[in-house]
Amino acid sequence: MGKPLHIKRGLNLNLSGEAQRPVSIVGVPVVRPETVALIPDDFIGMTPKMDVREGIHVECGEVLWHDKSYDDIKVVSPVSGIVKAVVRGERRKVLAVEITPDNNVSTTSTASSVPEGADAIKSALMAQGVWAQMRQLPFDIVPMPTSVPRDIFVTLWDAAPLAPDMSLALEGNEVLLEKGVSTLKVLTNGNVYVGRAPGSGVKDIPGAYMVDVDGGFPASLPSVLAANIRPVNKGETVWTLDAMTLMRIGQVAAGKGVNWTAPVAVTGSEVNKPCYVTAPAGASMKSLLAESVKNSGHERVISGNVLTGINVGLDGYLRYPYTQVTVIPEGDDVSEFMGWASIMPDKMSESRSFPGHFLKRRRFSPDARLNGGRRAMILSGQYDNYIPMDIMAEYLVKAILARDIDRMEALGIYEVTPADFAAAEYADASKLELQKIVREGLDFLRHETF
Amino acid sequence: MKALKKLMDRLRPRFEKGGGLHALKSVYDGMDTFLFTPSETSKSGVHIHDNIDSKRVMIIVVLSLVPCMLFGMYNTGYQHWLACGAMEFPFLDLMLYGFLAVLPRIVVAYMVGLGIEFFVAQLRGEEIQEGFLVTGFLIPLICPVETPLWMIAVATAFSVIFVKEVFGGTGYNVFNVALVTRAFLFFAYPSQMSGDNVFVSTKSILGFGGNAPDGFTGATPLGQIATADVTSGGSVMPLGLDGTPIDSWQSFIGLIPGSFGETSTLCVLIGAVILLATGIASWKIIVSAVAGGLAMGAIAHACASPLYPMSFVDPFDQLMLGGFAFAVVFMATDPVTAARTEAGKWIYGFLVGAVAILIRTYNNGYPEGAMLAVLLMNALAPLIDYCVVEANVARRRRRTKMLTD
Repeated sequence: MGKPLHIKRGLNLNLSGEAQRPVSIVGVPVVRPETVALIPDDFIGMTPKMDVREGIHVECGEVLWHDKSYDDIKVVSPVSGIVKAVVRGERRKVLAVEITPDNNVSTTSTASSVPEGADAIKSALMAQGVWAQMRQLPFDIVPMPTSVPRDIFVTLWDAAPLAPDMSLALEGNEVLLEKGVSTLKVLTNGNVYVGRAPGSGVKDIPGAYMVDVDGGFPASLPSVLAANIRPVNKGETVWTLDAMTLMRIGQVAAGKGVNWTAPVAVTGSEVNKPCYVTAPAGASMKSLLAESVKNSGHERVISGNVLTGINVGLDGYLRYPYTQVTVIPEGDDVSEFMGWASIMPDKMSESRSFPGHFLKRRRFSPDARLNGGRRAMILSGQYDNYIPMDIMAEYLVKAILARDIDRMEALGIYEVTPADFAAAEYADASKLELQKIVREGLDFLRHETF
Repeated sequence: MKALKKLMDRLRPRFEKGGGLHALKSVYDGMDTFLFTPSETSKSGVHIHDNIDSKRVMIIVVLSLVPCMLFGMYNTGYQHWLACGAMEFPFLDLMLYGFLAVLPRIVVAYMVGLGIEFFVAQLRGEEIQEGFLVTGFLIPLICPVETPLWMIAVATAFSVIFVKEVFGGTGYNVFNVALVTRAFLFFAYPSQMSGDNVFVSTKSILGFGGNAPDGFTGATPLGQIATADVTSGGSVMPLGLDGTPIDSWQSFIGLIPGSFGETSTLCVLIGAVILLATGIASWKIIVSAVAGGLAMGAIAHACASPLYPMSFVDPFDQLMLGGFAFAVVFMATDPVTAARTEAGKWIYGFLVGAVAILIRTYNNGYPEGAMLAVLLMNALAPLIDYCVVEANVARRRRRTKMLTD
C-alpha cells in the first residue's frame, strides 16, 4: 500500500487514437529502425563534446559525446552501428548524431562489474549513459555530479493524453526496480519516492516510499510529486526520473547490460492503427509509423504527447525522454467560419461555454491550431486550475517575463519544470507560450546564478 | 462562406506592406480573424489548444448583457409613456421607442471606441483586440437615457485613450473602461448627469411617443430616498412616475426610472446565470459582493438615522435599487481590473459590496455608490493581490528558514 495522493487540479483529455495495451510485452512487435538519432538539445544542462565522427563504428553503449564541464557525464549510443552523420547547425553546434544500426543489438553487451559504494555507482551510471537520463530540480537539467540530492522522485506512470501504460514495461522486472531503488538510496540521504497510478498493477517496491497518485496531467510528473510531498527549497537539489530510467539504473547496479529499448505507444487520430511497438531510443519516426499514418499531407508528427512533446515531422526521431508518438492533424488547411462563436459539440474545451465540455465520453480529434489570437492575460485564476502546486503561477510567469531574479526565487521557480505548465498552456484563453517562457526563465536564472 | 473566404484572401495583398490599403491592415486583420478562425498553428509548447479564446469570452459577456439591453428598451418606452400620462402601454411601440432612444448611443460608443482601437492597433502594428466589444455595449447601458450624444463621445474617447491605451491596451488597464466613461460624465457634466431630468426620456423620437409636460421631472428611487425628509414623518418609500409607491417587487422587475440598462435586477440575474454557468465570471466575487452589500446594509439599517434617509431602507431592497446588482455582476467581475488571486477575489468582492452601500447611504449628495465603489476597489485590487502573493512568498521563505535553523 502506498500513501494516497489525490490531485484535483489537472487536465483529463479524451483524445481519439488510443493504443490498446497488449496483454504482455511478449507479443509486441519489435521495430528495427534504419536510422536512430540522439539530439544533444534534449539533454539540457550538458554542453556536448563529441567523441565520435562520421563513418566510425560504435557499439551499443559506446560514448557518443560527453559534457564539457563534467567529463564523466556521457551520452551513449542506444544501438550498435555506423555513425551516419554528425549534423551541425550554426556555429558548428551539434544538432543530432545519426547512426545506422548494423545489427539488432540494443543492449549494452559488455557487462560491467557490480559497482559498490556511492562513488562507484555514480561513475558506473555516468559511464553507461544512464546518469544523463535523470533530471534534477532546480532547473530541470541533467544532475550535476557534485550534487547530493535531498530526495529522489520517480514516476512510474504517465497521465498525458494517450500516454503509454508504463506497467507494460515494468511487468516482470520487479527485481530490477528494487535494485534501482536500493541503488538510488545509496546516493541520497533522503527518501526515494515512487509515484504510481492506483490500480496500475505496479507492485510495491521494497525500500521505496510508494505514493498512489490519482489526477489528470500534470499529476504524473515527478516535480508535482515533489511539490506535494516535500517541495524543493532554495539551495536544495532533488533528482527526478521515470520508469525506464529506474529500470536501467537497476541494470547498471546488477552488472547487467543496459537495455536501450522500450515499449513505445504509437497514437493519435491520424494513425490508422494505434498500437504498441518495441523500439530503441532515438528510433526514426518512419520506422515507428511505417505505413500507418493517414496520408493527408497536413499532419503533425509529435515525439511524445500533445502537451509536452516535440514536433519532429515524419523525418524526425523518437526524442528523449518519450516512449510515445502522437500524430494529429496540423489544421493549417482548415478554414472555419466564425469558429469562436460555434456551439457545435465537436469543439474540445475546458470551458463550460462549449457544449463539447459536457460530453465527457466523447473522444476528440483536435488539430494544432491556436484557436485564437495571442493576448495579454485576461482571465484570472486559469493557470491555478491546472498547476497542482503551491505556486502563484500567473505571478511567477510575469516575474520570468520581467527577468526579475529575486521575484522568481520568491515565487518558487526552483520547484517547477516547463512541463508543469503544459496543461495550463493548453487551457489558456490568451494562448501564451508558457512552457517556452518557463524554460527560458530557468535557463536565464541558471546562467545568471552559476 | 467559401466565396467570402475567397474574397478575404483576394483582398489580403492590398493590406500587406506596400499595398494601397496598408494603413487599414489592423482593420482587415480584425475582420479576417472575426470571420474565420485563424489557421495559425502552435510553434512551441503544447500542440493542441483549448477552443476558448478572448473572442469567445467577450461574446459570452455581451450575450449576458442582452436581457438588460432589451429590458432597458422596454423600460425607456414605459417610463416615457408614463411621463406623458398614458394609460395604455402598447408593447411594440414601447420597444421601438426604446430602441430608437438607445441606438444612436450604441452607435456613437462603438464608433468612437472602436475607431480609437483600430487607430492604436495600426500604430502599434498589432491585431485589433476585442475588449471594446463589451465596453461599447456597456456604456449605453450605464448612462441615463437623456445623456447627450456628444458627451458619450467625449467620455468614451477619454476613457479608451487614458484608461486603456496609455496603459498598453486590453488586459493592461487598471480601471474598468466603461465605468470610467460613466465617472467622467458624472464629474465633468454634473448638472446634466444627475438630478431629476435625465433618467426619463421626455421628447418624442422620430414621431414616436409624445412629449411630457413642461417642467416634468422623474427622479430615480435612490434620488428620492436620499432627499426624503424623514424627520417630519416622511416616508422613505420612493414613488413611481405615476405617483404609486415603488415596492421591492417593482424594483426587482425594474420598471422604474434609472440608467438605461441597470434598473432590472431580474435581467441582471439572468445575465449572472449565463456568466456563472459558462464559468466566465468569478462566482466568488459576485457572492462576496452581495454578502458585503447585505452586511453593510444591515449595519446601516441597524443604526438608522434621520440624517441619512437611505439607512431606513431594508438591506435586501438596497441590493435591488440603483446600479448595485448591475455593478456587482458586470463591472466588479471584469477579470482584468478585479483581484486576480482566488483569496483576493473574496476580499475584493466583499469590499465592493460594502463600499457601494456605504457611499450610497452616507453620502446624500451622491445617491449611487456602486460606480465609485468598483472604481475604488479597482485601484485597491493590486494591493489585495500583493498581500495574497506575499503570503505565498512568506510561506516559502519560512520553509527555507526552518531548514537553515
